[in-house]
Amino acid sequence: MANVPDNLHYSKDHEWVRVEGDTAVIGITDHAQEQLGDVVYVELPKAGEDFAAHDSFGSVESVKAVSEIFTPISGKVAEVNQSLADEPEKVNKDPYGEGWMIKMKMSKSGEVDSLLTAAEYEDFTKAESE
Amino acid sequence: MTAPAPELRKTALNDAHRAMGGRMVEFGGWDMPVQYPAGTMAEHLRTRTHAGLFDVSHMGEIDVRGADAISFVNRITSNDATKLIDGQAQYSALTTPEGTVIDDLLVYRMASDHLLLIVNAGTTDKDWDWIKSHYQNENVELQNVSADYCQIALQGPDAISILQKLTDVPLAEIKYYHFREGDVDGVPSIVSRTGYTGEDGFEVYAAPEKAEQLWKKILDAGNFGDDDGVLPCGLAARNTLRLEAGMCLYGHEIDETTTLLEANLGWIAKLNKTDFIGRDALAKQKEEGIKRKLVGFEVTERGIARDGQNVFINGQCNGNVTSGSPAPFLKKNVGLAYVPVEFAGVGQHLEIDVRGKLVGAEIVPLPFYKRAK
Repeated sequence: MANVPDNLHYSKDHEWVRVEGDTAVIGITDHAQEQLGDVVYVELPKAGEDFAAHDSFGSVESVKAVSEIFTPISGKVAEVNQSLADEPEKVNKDPYGEGWMIKMKMSKSGEVDSLLTAAEYEDFTKAESE
Repeated sequence: MTAPAPELRKTALNDAHRAMGGRMVEFGGWDMPVQYPAGTMAEHLRTRTHAGLFDVSHMGEIDVRGADAISFVNRITSNDATKLIDGQAQYSALTTPEGTVIDDLLVYRMASDHLLLIVNAGTTDKDWDWIKSHYQNENVELQNVSADYCQIALQGPDAISILQKLTDVPLAEIKYYHFREGDVDGVPSIVSRTGYTGEDGFEVYAAPEKAEQLWKKILDAGNFGDDDGVLPCGLAARNTLRLEAGMCLYGHEIDETTTLLEANLGWIAKLNKTDFIGRDALAKQKEEGIKRKLVGFEVTERGIARDGQNVFINGQCNGNVTSGSPAPFLKKNVGLAYVPVEFAGVGQHLEIDVRGKLVGAEIVPLPFYKRAK
């Protein structure tokens, strides 16, 4: 079964958010990387770009397919995980750690609270696969 | 895991795939594993370095028996079926009067009055209807025997030593594109030295009720679980392996809109044999010259080309990608595309429209990968 840490927030597009002060660290979930298979390419935005919640901010590609990735919250990109350019497999190996994708300065406080909790996300993925 | 829609067909190995953690997807009307837990990358690499095992039971089989079996098949296929000897297989195509492709197939000569046609899964019903509709009172009996066979492909440099543990058939004596009938683990089989990966290997045809026995025995004989053992492989690895080897996939590189000559398959269009469906159109196209051609390309910038994307040359859109993917063994991103023949030379610069961004690519010789002999 996919790992769903309790201390994160989740979107229905299978991204996770970890809040660090006014910054949100964003990546894709263990369930998402399992579904994708071997990640071979990650395309990320540049620092300084603005995104509204649910905007596509990049894409992640497996051998077989391309998936867009969506930011669950609004804000400005503060930092991107440059190491994924050469080591995209980190997304498979450590989706909640070294496989993180971007850090955003959140522009709308409270948006995080509308995301799913770990328990809610687990129920959501179960319902989706039935 | 998504439950299969009730109308999807299942091979005899469906339960085995699920039990082994195969991720099942719809393919050509069949419920098939796209990958196993090891993942596409590992499956692809293991097939290149050791061995991979594939369930290809979804492929169709059509039996042609009778005194006119060879002349009938020779009339509806583009390659020269009269050149086959007993125990030999031939890559060929069912062609339309326009020289385009109904399907690509293998023709097995079982005997002088018995050929077996191996056709693609998604086109089996179409092929069957096409073949029946072109019957002209020849002395042949046609039978769609797809349900009578499972087909298991063992591919890779270790394939021969693994399979030899299970059979007395002297495998080293079987030449490429030849086959023998014999027992594998006591199961009457056709053992064919053919495949779709660019590696040496075998395809084994047997009764479907023996499929699980053969599948499990081959995995055991190949030390499945060891780092250098055989890996079961899904359709995703099958696709990347054939693409690396520069082979056509029906519905991508070839279909009813592409001719054999455009697809570099002129070598299976035997224009000097007796007449066959599409011969005149192909002869005319050969004389006039093709306008577009299938080429292989390597992406030279960051990005992965995918099926269906547009190809730009000198700023003009004039082609499309038929298959595009990472090539796991070559560690490059490659693809096949149709381009105007005047721009089809090796070294030609292309740009691929990867979801709105133009990514540079260069035409390279095919195949991308050729195994060391």
